[in-house]
Amino acid sequence: MFDLYGRGWQMFEGGLVTIQLCLSVLPFMILLGLLGALAKLSRFRALRAIGESYTVIIRGIPELLVILLIYFGGTIAVQRLAEVFGGEDVRVDIPAFWSGVAALALVQGAFASEVFRAAIQAIPVGQIEAATACGMTPLQIFLRIKLPQMWRFALPGLNNLFQVLIKDTALISVVGVEEILRMAAIGAGTEKAPFTFYLVAMLMFLAFTTVSLIVFNRLEKRASRGIVRA
Amino acid sequence: MIEDLIYVLSRYHMWLWQGFLLTLQLLLVSIIFGTLLAIPLAIGRVSKSIWIQAVPFGFIYLFRGTPLIAQLFLAYYGLGQVISEIDGIRESWMWAYLRDPYWYCLFTFVLNTAAYVAEIMRGGIQNVPNGEVEAARACGMSQPIIYRRIIFPRMWQIIWPAYTNDVIFTLKATSLASTVTLMELTGAARKIVARTALPYEAFISAGVIYLIIVYVLTFGFKGVEKYLRRNETRETSKKSVVPDGIPG
Repeated sequence: MFDLYGRGWQMFEGGLVTIQLCLSVLPFMILLGLLGALAKLSRFRALRAIGESYTVIIRGIPELLVILLIYFGGTIAVQRLAEVFGGEDVRVDIPAFWSGVAALALVQGAFASEVFRAAIQAIPVGQIEAATACGMTPLQIFLRIKLPQMWRFALPGLNNLFQVLIKDTALISVVGVEEILRMAAIGAGTEKAPFTFYLVAMLMFLAFTTVSLIVFNRLEKRASRGIVRA
Repeated sequence: MIEDLIYVLSRYHMWLWQGFLLTLQLLLVSIIFGTLLAIPLAIGRVSKSIWIQAVPFGFIYLFRGTPLIAQLFLAYYGLGQVISEIDGIRESWMWAYLRDPYWYCLFTFVLNTAAYVAEIMRGGIQNVPNGEVEAARACGMSQPIIYRRIIFPRMWQIIWPAYTNDVIFTLKATSLASTVTLMELTGAARKIVARTALPYEAFISAGVIYLIIVYVLTFGFKGVEKYLRRNETRETSKKSVVPDGIPG
């Protein structure tokens, strides 16, 4: 049972791919989230509209649909682009891994932008006014005052988002990326033991989300170490 | 691009329509039975006895900590195989149901929704002002009556925004039924893509339908929220105690 018909190693490799997926999405998700939050808080109406519709659209569409759209549609888009530049016979394939990363970053970025928006707004107005009075430019205010302080307010939201992200990576198995669930499917198919393999996959995900929860709770404690609780 | 869209819609709109109906059906059943199942879970979760707490806690932790798609595969492929190996099950009348992915989807979605809603309800029950419960007890109400008259009405008022979010989350979750060959909205779009090789047209059409459903749901739930909060005066803060971010 414990060597999983000699496929324990495969499941382990699947676990590594899942970790890679999560860590690859994370920077893009934070970047998109920050850009989205800035757009929503912008002085310009057009930027605000873009930021808001980004969240509204992504919030209403299933993650699976976004993944499929980027995987199948992305190849065609790149192909057309390549035809413009390189003539007829170019075969382009976007690796499933990166199309999955792009899709998840797009989805999680929309939710992250909400988290960051709230976090930026949680910073006391007095501090912004003081910085303005000191003659800082909006960019300086963002980099020196808002960005360093907003993490404390954003961490609980990010904790939640990272949990969702870990679980959403399982969806990328649908386009063939060999992460935990895909490996489990391969094992289940060849060894005719679906119950065992999917149970192991679920326990692996449970372990990942638990570890993420513990790490984020530590971070939250660390981030608020200078704050006196009422 | 426009011609392709017209082609897809004129030729395959019936698939999308049937997918839409199946999506709504999955959503409705999951929400109704999931919520009903969540109520005892939430009550157990706020129990003072640690042993009664432990069961719903484990259930909620397991379902919230693992991907829904893994749960679905475990139910459909894993449980499905275990059931198919029972002696004589293939000859019994139940077999027609036991091999249908539809029932496995509903089974998984209901349990999953129950776990998420129970956690929201727990937050709601714990945020009912203690004075109200004490006052009810002082009036001599028994625990079931306190739940029915005081705690549940208050809880719904508190959790409604978070509950709305969870309904939308469940709607999006129903798209996973397409991975076990059900032809709901996403499944229909995938089938159209397989036929026509027009991914943008098919997936974006499905996406727009999802957005319309979400819009209508949000609108309806906002109306109910107003009704639930009809006793509140305008001065009181509208801030909900349960954070209404994304459920996860």
